[in-house]
Amino acid sequence: MTTYQVDFHGQRLEARPSGAMHWPARRWLIVADLHLGKSERLARRGGTLLPPYETQATLDRLRTEIAATDPDVVVSLGDGFDDDAAGRALPDDVCDSLRGMANGRRWIWVSGNHDPGAVCSRLPGENAAELHEELTLRHEAGQGPDISGHYHPCVRLAGQRLRCFLVGSDHLILPAFGAYTGGLEVTNPALAALVPQGLALACGPRVMPVPVGYRPQVRGRLARRGLA
Amino acid sequence: MNLPPAFQDWFAAQGWQPHPHQIALLTAKGDSLLIAPTGGGKTLAGFLPSLVELRDPPGGMHTLYVSPLKALTADIARNLSRPVADLGLNIRIEDRTGDTRASQRARQRVDPPDILLTTPESLALMLSYEQAPVIFRGLRRVVLDELHALAENKRGDQLMLCLARLKTLAPDLQVTGLSATVEAPDQLAAFMGGAEVIHADPGPDPDIAMLRTSRPAPWSGGGGHYAVRDVLAEVARANTTIIFINTRAQAELFFQALWAENDANLPIGLHHGSLAREARQRVEAAMAAGDLRAVVATGSLDLGIDWGAVDLVIQVGAPKNVKRLVQRIGRANHRYNAPSRARIVPANRFEVIECVAALEAVQQRDLDGDPRGPGPLDVLCQHILLTACAGPFDADMLYAEVRRAGPYSDLSRDDFDACVDFAATGGYALRAYDRWQRLMLRDGLWRLRDPRAARDLRMNIGTIVEAEMVKVRLRGRGGVPLGEVEESFAATLEPGDTFLIGGQTVRYEGLREMVIEVTRQPAREPKIAVYSGLKLATSTQLSHRVQALIGTPAAHDLLPPDTRDWLTLQAGVSALPRAGVLVSESFPHQGRWHFAFYGFAGRNALQTLGLLMSRTMEEAGLGPLGFLSTDYALLIWSLDPVTDPAPLLDRDALRDGLGDWLGGNAVMKRSFRNVATIAGLIQRNMPGQRKSGRQATFSSDILYDTLRKYDPNHLMLRITADEARRGLVDFDRIEEMLARSDRHDHRMLDRVSPLAAPLLLEAGRVPIAGQGRQRLAEAEAAALMAEAGLA
Repeated sequence: MTTYQVDFHGQRLEARPSGAMHWPARRWLIVADLHLGKSERLARRGGTLLPPYETQATLDRLRTEIAATDPDVVVSLGDGFDDDAAGRALPDDVCDSLRGMANGRRWIWVSGNHDPGAVCSRLPGENAAELHEELTLRHEAGQGPDISGHYHPCVRLAGQRLRCFLVGSDHLILPAFGAYTGGLEVTNPALAALVPQGLALACGPRVMPVPVGYRPQVRGRLARRGLA
Repeated sequence: MNLPPAFQDWFAAQGWQPHPHQIALLTAKGDSLLIAPTGGGKTLAGFLPSLVELRDPPGGMHTLYVSPLKALTADIARNLSRPVADLGLNIRIEDRTGDTRASQRARQRVDPPDILLTTPESLALMLSYEQAPVIFRGLRRVVLDELHALAENKRGDQLMLCLARLKTLAPDLQVTGLSATVEAPDQLAAFMGGAEVIHADPGPDPDIAMLRTSRPAPWSGGGGHYAVRDVLAEVARANTTIIFINTRAQAELFFQALWAENDANLPIGLHHGSLAREARQRVEAAMAAGDLRAVVATGSLDLGIDWGAVDLVIQVGAPKNVKRLVQRIGRANHRYNAPSRARIVPANRFEVIECVAALEAVQQRDLDGDPRGPGPLDVLCQHILLTACAGPFDADMLYAEVRRAGPYSDLSRDDFDACVDFAATGGYALRAYDRWQRLMLRDGLWRLRDPRAARDLRMNIGTIVEAEMVKVRLRGRGGVPLGEVEESFAATLEPGDTFLIGGQTVRYEGLREMVIEVTRQPAREPKIAVYSGLKLATSTQLSHRVQALIGTPAAHDLLPPDTRDWLTLQAGVSALPRAGVLVSESFPHQGRWHFAFYGFAGRNALQTLGLLMSRTMEEAGLGPLGFLSTDYALLIWSLDPVTDPAPLLDRDALRDGLGDWLGGNAVMKRSFRNVATIAGLIQRNMPGQRKSGRQATFSSDILYDTLRKYDPNHLMLRITADEARRGLVDFDRIEEMLARSDRHDHRMLDRVSPLAAPLLLEAGRVPIAGQGRQRLAEAEAAALMAEAGLA
């Protein structure tokens, strides 16, 4: 088993090693912070010319996830595009690829701080500011309980920095799914304020739960035993 | 040009006679390279032609002096002020480095001094300004100091590109290179783009020997702590001593060990590159004032200000490289025509042999040096972008100019064009950036699409890419900065951990705004080591000498008795490694088979070989479990024995392994990060980065993996592979090892051999486990869950 089951406010959710969240009861697949078109935006702004393959890399991984879970609904939980212009500038083959993946299912673009505007007409799906089902889904954590993205959480484990889900009593925060996305460590004050104590679900070849916000001595002892 | 009477009088007033090489430089017509030992009046020789010409200053910048060290520019400014005042020259001498105030730098652009003292990076920055042609138009002379040191790395390549640029701006320019003793002066002259070599009198032979110690060197280890009392006795006898140690961590530990035994309270300081600048400057000032009897130092003191008072150099640990040893010895006694005194302290038995071999090489004046390949293309990419910052350029003219730089004299047009394409479009197979190119071709000239990009490009100048470092500071208001540690090391620290920095043991308290806060902790035993750091490999020539010495029993008389007995025993029960033969052994030890391979190819190459060989062993079902490498030998342990080493050393199989398997290795990713930073693909000084408290930038590993998957022929990957071959991966030395050894001598033994025994004690074991990291992470995660009561 490479996934990890989370019970969050009465719903059973499945954290996947890719960083996507599967909601089996509703047949939803939720991904946060795709940041499609990031290298294009950096170039447009006169910055460095990064390898322009991150959109393709992100979509390749998303396609694999859709094939594995066959969801009725796909939700991009904000910052699907690195900015609104990047969303409009996506090459045709990327739009075709997204339409192919959306074929036969609902596709919802929740807007984020990077992409507050309406989604480009060449793309499939609908816009939403927030979603209120049994659970609230929004880009940035607000009045809990909610599921959100935005912070790109990551955790240090055995000398590696891994993307992770962060699960607390009020908030479930997804890792960034996009290829060129950095991370904010779960110990950062911004994240610690949202989830003072909980679990980080680290995305390695399988999902590994790690406690967050417990006594630091625990980690210290492990470090001395040569584990950390 | 002759020495004018006023100058002759000045020399006479100092009680000096001009050295022949000083006169030779004065009369030289074209570019020159002066090879002189330290203390030979090298710097004055370099400036003498300028001072003579500046009796009648033409206005504008006349002479540009470039040194690898900022500290040296300030020192030179002081030293020049005396002859300038004595001779009544009406000229301005200023320095310009990263430390120079912005207002001063701005003024220098409008009204340059007669003599400007600077560093390669500051020169590159100046050349990137639109005013560069005006500033350098009247330049007559360039003096390149410590050129031997600059030529060893990419800073020198960048400097040579800048020099080619200067020669375009000021065609009458005359260049003088100043260098310590090097193995191949002609190569260094070619590096300068061609120059007449002038040799100064090399001075008397150094007084150099192994330090007599009360105890023999231990079997393994690199600390040299067994000799602490003997070293202290030497320090007490000498006036001022520099104790050179190869790594920062070892310097910290040796410094502690010295003080633990320093009953006489001799004032001894510590100096290395990870100490805070303030701490280093305090030590340098105390040294200059004669307040210290000794300083424990790493390569941070290889260059720099002359301390005439130093009369003894002690090298602890194997010298690794004869040329560097000779240059370090030269730090002792900067009085010309007095022999330098130096003592070497081998850290273990193998190093005893290396030290004897190195001493022999010093006596024969047989210097080594692994030639560097052609000028690296990442540096060229940066140069092209910076050239565009100064103004539009013509590709044909820039190509011709770049080829006038020594390291790039053989640059092909294809490679040049690939670099221009990278600078302009990113050079990707997927032409994604047609609208957003960095450089646009308009009216036949390449120029910045967005001139505002120049600011970011200038912030990225330079070819030194440091590991991400984190500052360390004492907790409390106005906490004293102690130095820096690698970010990767900082990430392993937990509150309560203790570590060594600046010679003291400190306790990790926490991380605040990217600064590590610590408190003093006078515990005797720090729990964790300080830095990982790169380890220098023993040079090819010195490795050959060591191998030849071991393999020639008649020469064993040169060795101390205990070392001689050790090799005699080895010859009896197994075989001695020798030139032309690859000796290896298989023996059982503690329930595992061990394969010892004496390759003498340096630790980086043998580490790569360990990775490649153990993969072949895995495929052959021998069950390799781990390996370790030293500069001379590789040890692999496994479930089943190696009975024939030949298949493991098949050159084609090794080459294939390098391509497809090592490609994803962390070593390659580290090389890629350096290359991509220098070429300007990633920026090291992103304005506002880390300050926002938001997501940090993503790692360069992601770019590397993406390129390997989607654009495997990209220029950056090609440069990375080239660099790794010569650097961390050092595959070239594996090839060299195979080429010079056509025979195998494999011994099946029933127990560990004398030569292999110390290997079993070496640190630095590399476990072989494809899933190892994942298993470790899972074990840790599970343990954490259990500890927190969650599992």
